[in-house]
Amino acid sequence: MRQAIYRYDYRRSGDQDARAVVRHPVVVVGAGPVGLAAAIDLALRRVPVVLLDDADRIGEGSRGICWSKRTLEILDRLGVGERLLAHGVTWKLGKVFCGDELLFSFDLLPEEGHKMPAFINLQQFYLEKALVDRALEIDGLDLRWKNRVVGLEWRNDGARLTIETPQGRYRLDADWLIAADGARSTIRGLLGLDFAGVTFEDKFLIADVRMAADFPTERRFWFAPTFHSGQSALMHRQPDDVWRIDLQLGPDADPEAEQEPRRVRARLDKVLAPHAYELEWVSIYTFNCRRLDHFVHGRVIFVGDSAHQVSPFGARGANSGIQDAENLAWKLTAVLAGDGGAALIASYDLERVQAADENIGHSTRSTDFMSPHSGAERRLRDAVLALAPKAEFARRMVNSGRLSLPTVYDSPLSTPDEAPFAGAAKLGAPVPDAPLMRPDGTATHLLENLRHGFELIRVTDGGKGAARPDGVDGMALTVIGADFFDHNGIFTQRFDATPGATYLVRPDQHLCARWRRFDPVAAARAHRRALQR
Amino acid sequence: MPKLVTAAQFADPDAAYRALADARRNLSDAAAAELDARLVLILANHIGDLDVVREAIVLAKASRDGR
Ligand SMILES: Cc1cc2nc3c(=O)[nH]c(=O)nc-3n(C[C@H](O)[C@H](O)[C@H](O)COP(=O)(O)OP(=O)(O)OC[C@H]3O[C@@H](n4cnc5c(N)ncnc54)[C@H](O)[C@@H]3O)c2cc1C
Repeated sequence: MRQAIYRYDYRRSGDQDARAVVRHPVVVVGAGPVGLAAAIDLALRRVPVVLLDDADRIGEGSRGICWSKRTLEILDRLGVGERLLAHGVTWKLGKVFCGDELLFSFDLLPEEGHKMPAFINLQQFYLEKALVDRALEIDGLDLRWKNRVVGLEWRNDGARLTIETPQGRYRLDADWLIAADGARSTIRGLLGLDFAGVTFEDKFLIADVRMAADFPTERRFWFAPTFHSGQSALMHRQPDDVWRIDLQLGPDADPEAEQEPRRVRARLDKVLAPHAYELEWVSIYTFNCRRLDHFVHGRVIFVGDSAHQVSPFGARGANSGIQDAENLAWKLTAVLAGDGGAALIASYDLERVQAADENIGHSTRSTDFMSPHSGAERRLRDAVLALAPKAEFARRMVNSGRLSLPTVYDSPLSTPDEAPFAGAAKLGAPVPDAPLMRPDGTATHLLENLRHGFELIRVTDGGKGAARPDGVDGMALTVIGADFFDHNGIFTQRFDATPGATYLVRPDQHLCARWRRFDPVAAARAHRRALQR
Repeated sequence: MPKLVTAAQFADPDAAYRALADARRNLSDAAAAELDARLVLILANHIGDLDVVREAIVLAKASRDGR
């Protein structure tokens, strides 16, 4: 089976030879997708970052494959979106079967006018590779392989780390420590924090196989198919002719025996026959849904799997972790620069705990539906499946995973609407993308033109030749009707835009205020509020 | 304010009871339980108000002890 495919070298850092312990504004522990995204985002905002990882390779094992639209939009801002899009398998359709009958299908993005698709599938190690390549390009990002954090002294103004390397131990001081060290977080352990939640009893066989097959590029999920009696199954296409197959094995499966290639093949033959295939990777998982009570502990901040864990049904793990990273990066930057109040960091906790609860809620309900807790619950679940072909209401209850969507923050950073707005844009949510036209007639999209800071989007009052409207200090200005044109009306529709309408967008592209008329005083007030100062 | 109606709504309560009883006549316990599960889902959706359904669950659970 496949071995690690990308290796990196340990390099001695000057910090290891310094006479006094060296202090850095931000240290990120863990170069998984989430730590990499956080470090890149901070470095692009000109905050120097040290990123530590205990390994020196990526590509061992097989984990995440489904990357959501919102994650792709974030990764596009970080500079790797188009590369991932070109490499990944784009999909948006899901099919749910009961037995061998199709129950229903769903379309995760039934409209045009978005730069990024509903989902791409791509092996997590390719995503990590793209992020590492990007990290290596950026000044001020110091990525140190084979640097394992083994000790932590918690201080009011930061943290002192003890780090183990192939050449012995050294210490580092951090004003802020970002713990992105995964579900088995060392930092969480060193702080003695509780990571409580539910563990599901059912075991799942996760296999990646290489096979030439022309199955459709869709997410296909089966309840009790004849090829895997009584249990559920999930199949996804990945690049390189690799397919992911998840088979539910029930609570009593023996993880050792179930990983024997002959046993695995016996199961997969039934699913894949008559196709020939090679096993790329096989593993047995049980799933957890749990989170820390709080993600901010003084100057130590948890992001990604170290803060929260979900089952993979719904692809909410790394997707939500990358959304943590983007939520934190601009806030920490603002606080370090003195632009943001201390409460801004507390708002990371508030907003991302809300997101984690939403993700855990969905993930728990999906997993409960797939593996009912008792005979009586199974009977109810089976009743839903039995009614589903005949009644729409039952189809809507069938839960094979509700796929990752960004959370709409109920946040103190948002200025409540004074006037009602319809449309897809929601206060506290990422702004919807929309196709736009540049003055030279070339096509573009809204989101790729938002920069890293606060952005004021103003819609012209109409009337050709009118002067370009003003902005407000501290915010970039985009004018629809001057910088870009809403040539097909999609922006207008998604933002419920009327002449003069004005929108304030946070650095993480979430909408935090909007008005029917532009008022510089109101805009400045909303900006201060979003920075909590 | 409770929303669940517990006053009699059927003009002929005996006939209503009969219809529910007939539906399970000659069914095994397991088959009857499956039927009930489907009926609960159908009727709950027809009601379409989760507050009412929750009140009904409370009433159903509380009544068991008073047997
Ligand atoms: C079978 C499966 C399928 C999945 N499918 C999806 C999916 O489709 N979509 C999705 O979004 N998510 C999916 N997930 C979840 C996803 O893999 C995780 O959520 C994601 O890897 C979390 O990223 P992270 O960066 O927080 O942590 P990790 O990826 O675990 O990275 C943590 C990093 O920290 C390093 N580290 C740990 N301890 C230390 C230390 N003491 N010192 C220094 N470095 C340390 C580790 O070496 C590692 O590189 C899936 C998971 C599984 C198991």
